Amino acid sequence: MGDFALEVEIDAGPGVTALFGRSGAGKSTIVNMLAGLVKPDRGTIRIGDAVLFDSARGIDLPPDRRHVGYVFQDARLFPHMSVERNLAYGMGRMDPAHRSPQFARVVEMLGLGALLKRRPGALSGGERQRVAIGRALLSNPRVLLMDEPLSSLDAQRKSEILPYVARLATDFAVPVIYVSHAVEEVVRLADTLVLVSGGQIAAIGAVEDVMGRLDLAPITGRYEAGAVLTPRVAGHVDEHRLTRLDLLGHAMFVPQVDLRHGETVRLRVRARDVSLALTPPQGTSILNILPATVRELDAGSGPHVEVALDIRPGHGELGAPQPLLARVTHKSMTDMKLEPGTPVHALIKAVAIDRHSLGGLGHGTQRKER
Amino acid sequence: MIDMAPFTLSIQLAAVTLAVLLIIGTPLAWWLAMTRTPFKPVVETVTALPLVLPPTVLGFYLLVFLGPQGWAGGMWNAFFGRPLTFTFAGLVVASCVYSLPFVVQPLQGAFERLDRRTVEAALTLGASWPRTFVQVVLPQVRHGLLTASVLGFAHTIGEFGVVLMVGGNIPGETQVLSIAIYEHVEALDYAAAGTLSSILVAASFVGLLPLYSQARKRRKWREVSA
Repeated sequence: MGDFALEVEIDAGPGVTALFGRSGAGKSTIVNMLAGLVKPDRGTIRIGDAVLFDSARGIDLPPDRRHVGYVFQDARLFPHMSVERNLAYGMGRMDPAHRSPQFARVVEMLGLGALLKRRPGALSGGERQRVAIGRALLSNPRVLLMDEPLSSLDAQRKSEILPYVARLATDFAVPVIYVSHAVEEVVRLADTLVLVSGGQIAAIGAVEDVMGRLDLAPITGRYEAGAVLTPRVAGHVDEHRLTRLDLLGHAMFVPQVDLRHGETVRLRVRARDVSLALTPPQGTSILNILPATVRELDAGSGPHVEVALDIRPGHGELGAPQPLLARVTHKSMTDMKLEPGTPVHALIKAVAIDRHSLGGLGHGTQRKER
Repeated sequence: MIDMAPFTLSIQLAAVTLAVLLIIGTPLAWWLAMTRTPFKPVVETVTALPLVLPPTVLGFYLLVFLGPQGWAGGMWNAFFGRPLTFTFAGLVVASCVYSLPFVVQPLQGAFERLDRRTVEAALTLGASWPRTFVQVVLPQVRHGLLTASVLGFAHTIGEFGVVLMVGGNIPGETQVLSIAIYEHVEALDYAAAGTLSSILVAASFVGLLPLYSQARKRRKWREVSA
């Protein structure tokens, strides 16, 4: 990497920790350091009690002794081995008694049964990546590193694999470090979001909190800026092909998704899809009208103003306010006299919500207490 | 009845030389493929010298080097109590130098074409470096390995000048096939020379044919796995 300077301090917990940032921000270098493929100049790397690297104590475990599973951007399957042998390659690290049932479980979960006898050359990109995920899982890792595992796949294949990835951390009780520059993937998968920019950690925290911050929009991408909400499925309106969600006691409607009643979903609402009104509008096509309070305004130099809002809980709701971002014109801000503390109504078009950003988090997922 | 001793001796010499060269040449080829040192071209050039130098030049230096007064020959003599020149062991050393590029160059090429990313993958899966080399690297460079083996073996069989300089013409010890043919011709025994020559031609053809047949299959295999 030459004289690339990377200074990070990350404390990743259980669940999925996403390293998110633009290309060249240093995300891959971080995971390569965790895997032992790149040597940091100084610092420490630990998983639980196991010290992988400590420059002060002269500890630098080689990659093969780190017990780190790595799913690369390109699957990197062994071309001369069948899928079955690829999968089993790292199983030596597993307790012999667990090998057979665990193998069966991974094959079943990733749907690899029909592929076992094939060579990697005869697989599609999506199949290859599924095998790579299975191979890493079966190496009994203490942590699973995934470096943009979906970026080489088309949208169709992505949506085919995303659900598997979403289940990994909970089903196999392994912490996942997930590198991505795609907002949708991060929103869908991550419990903790680490925003990486220029070799530095720009922000770290729960996805909802980090994505709802105004000051980070230049890094997450201004056009793409948007907050993440975590409502619960309250029912389906089949005749209109909508799903009704409950957010802090308020009803929201989104294009129908295949999730069960009561399940928590995570959805991203882009700032440019949110308008504001001082009074709840009547006779409007907009289905989602949420009461909110202005938290912060960022006027910038252009005609736009970024507004950070807190959605107020409905009557009798105990949940904390959820952050939301809106983009309005400078003129609207002046006309409406918006300032921190102004009560408003946030209007979100149901059709503006991207179905692909909707991901179920399940019922009893191990979401960290915040 | 033709004397088959030169034939056996040539096979033995080629086999031992190849074994030594694979042991020395594999790490050397790996190093050349991976290194970023500025001295790489220097080492590569030295490795390639036996390709261009006349066997007499090579033989001359080896004779000086391996002789009782030479550095290697002196050490060998002190250790084993026997000279290195005009012995089978001396022929092996000379053949190793002579055939080195034929083993190292195909191997280096194969290592350079190797998908090193799969090596990283194997390491993260807990495979030690030796295990990775045997199970992941070698199968992927097997065609390079085969080429190196066939060329190294065949080239040793075919050498003449170096053997003559370093080994002389001692039946059963250093009189290899090519020397024996030369001697038969010198003695105007064209029948014996012809028999040995035709054996060599036939054996070379049979040895090289599978190599080039493999090359065709390999291209197909690459297309599928890409």
